[in-house]
Amino acid sequence: MSELKFIKPGAQEKASACCGTAQSAPQSSPDVSCNTCSPVRTEARPAWITGALASDIGAIPIISTDLVGSDYWEHIKCRVSDFRNNYAVNPGLYAVGAPDGNSDVFVSANYKLSFDVLRKALKGLNAWVLVLDTKGINVWCAAGKGTFGTAELTQRISVTKLARVVEHRRVIVPQLGAPGISAHIVKKSSGFKVSYGPVRAEDIGAYVASGYKATKEMRTVKFPLNDRLVLTPMEINPAMKKYYPWYALIILAVFGLRPDGILFRDAVAGGLPFLLLGLTAVFAGALVTPLLLPFIPFKSFAIKGWITGILFTVLFERLIAMPWHSISTLRFFTYLFFPLASSYIALQFTGSTTFTGMSGVKKELRISLPLYIAGVAASIVLLTIHKLTEWRLI
Amino acid sequence: MMKYLSNTASLELLSEHCTGCGRCLEVCPHEVFSVKEGKALILDKDRCMECGACVNNCAFGALKVDKGVGCAAALINSMITGGEPTCGCSGNGETSCCG
Repeated sequence: MSELKFIKPGAQEKASACCGTAQSAPQSSPDVSCNTCSPVRTEARPAWITGALASDIGAIPIISTDLVGSDYWEHIKCRVSDFRNNYAVNPGLYAVGAPDGNSDVFVSANYKLSFDVLRKALKGLNAWVLVLDTKGINVWCAAGKGTFGTAELTQRISVTKLARVVEHRRVIVPQLGAPGISAHIVKKSSGFKVSYGPVRAEDIGAYVASGYKATKEMRTVKFPLNDRLVLTPMEINPAMKKYYPWYALIILAVFGLRPDGILFRDAVAGGLPFLLLGLTAVFAGALVTPLLLPFIPFKSFAIKGWITGILFTVLFERLIAMPWHSISTLRFFTYLFFPLASSYIALQFTGSTTFTGMSGVKKELRISLPLYIAGVAASIVLLTIHKLTEWRLI
Repeated sequence: MMKYLSNTASLELLSEHCTGCGRCLEVCPHEVFSVKEGKALILDKDRCMECGACVNNCAFGALKVDKGVGCAAALINSMITGGEPTCGCSGNGETSCCG
């Protein structure tokens, strides 16, 4: 057990910015002024580091348990954009409050959103936070990939010299880290016993207060409306970026195409309702289906998405005067293509849910993929027939 | 509780190896298990999402599951590329849907 001493933030700003026991920091010397270390962040000390504890294993950064406006703003950016792909903190050991050799060690991922949720939940506690290098990915996903895993935990315990910081031999790992961790192997290789904490960081206070007992409630993952809602931008974005531009291009080309060239006026006039229908399908599959997930009949996501898709297609047709006249080919196309598109998009949400397993998704794909491919092929045929009829070729 | 397709989960419990330690109950996020008379039992397999937490943490090898990502994009991607289905579907190699 090393002696721990508080260092004022101002005096050791550089030390607390990047060192501590973080990954690549030199740790042989108790000297905390380490201008030479070069982990990912060498810029100014982040605001959430409020000071450092000096110990004979190096300076251990003290972190704030209060989130500020910029943290919340960054969290919003994570939800809606690629910002989250580069939102990491340095792996290593951090201090919360005034921990000592008997304080608990909470293990986390180095995705800053996960880290922020944890430090906020530790308000009022004196504890250590051991951040694993999960390449900036949250605990559950990283555990699935194995980066939040037995090897990394064992190695991080060793690299941070945790055994010299705490007298006990136990770490508290979030329950959702369990798919990557084998507690019995960690015990064997590091000497540290793994206790699985609650699923949600906000339950940590109650978990600790009850003598490290998690209730059934704390052990279970739920998937309420709010959790589903925050995930929908990541369904809408890829659909709009990956598929919609191609779809729009094809629609405009089909409607603008004349025997003597492409007419922009025809493209827009004829294509607009179908561009809007495309948006409706994205809306139905990527937003409405996830939000109403438990209320839409059937367990298959493909069917759920198809149901939402057909309802919105009908609604669209009723609300907007579609240029059908006698053109039933286009109507066939509409009712074939858009519910299928919504179905396909809704199926992608399986990747974001908390309860879909691989075997089930494989089964859905086995049945639905051939239908999607056949549907797209039939759609192309229908659009071709429409054009040929328009040009009075058939 | 929302459940996915029935009778698809690949979870298997080999009772003869089970010591009834209850670790699987602790790590399962969907209350799939219970322990009765010194043995774990599967309460409802349809709740299983095949995350592999129980298998990883069973020191006695009493559990088996075909662990993997229940993600359509990852599975479609692996069909096209022939690789293992993993997160990172946007093609930049690392993160995408996962934060």
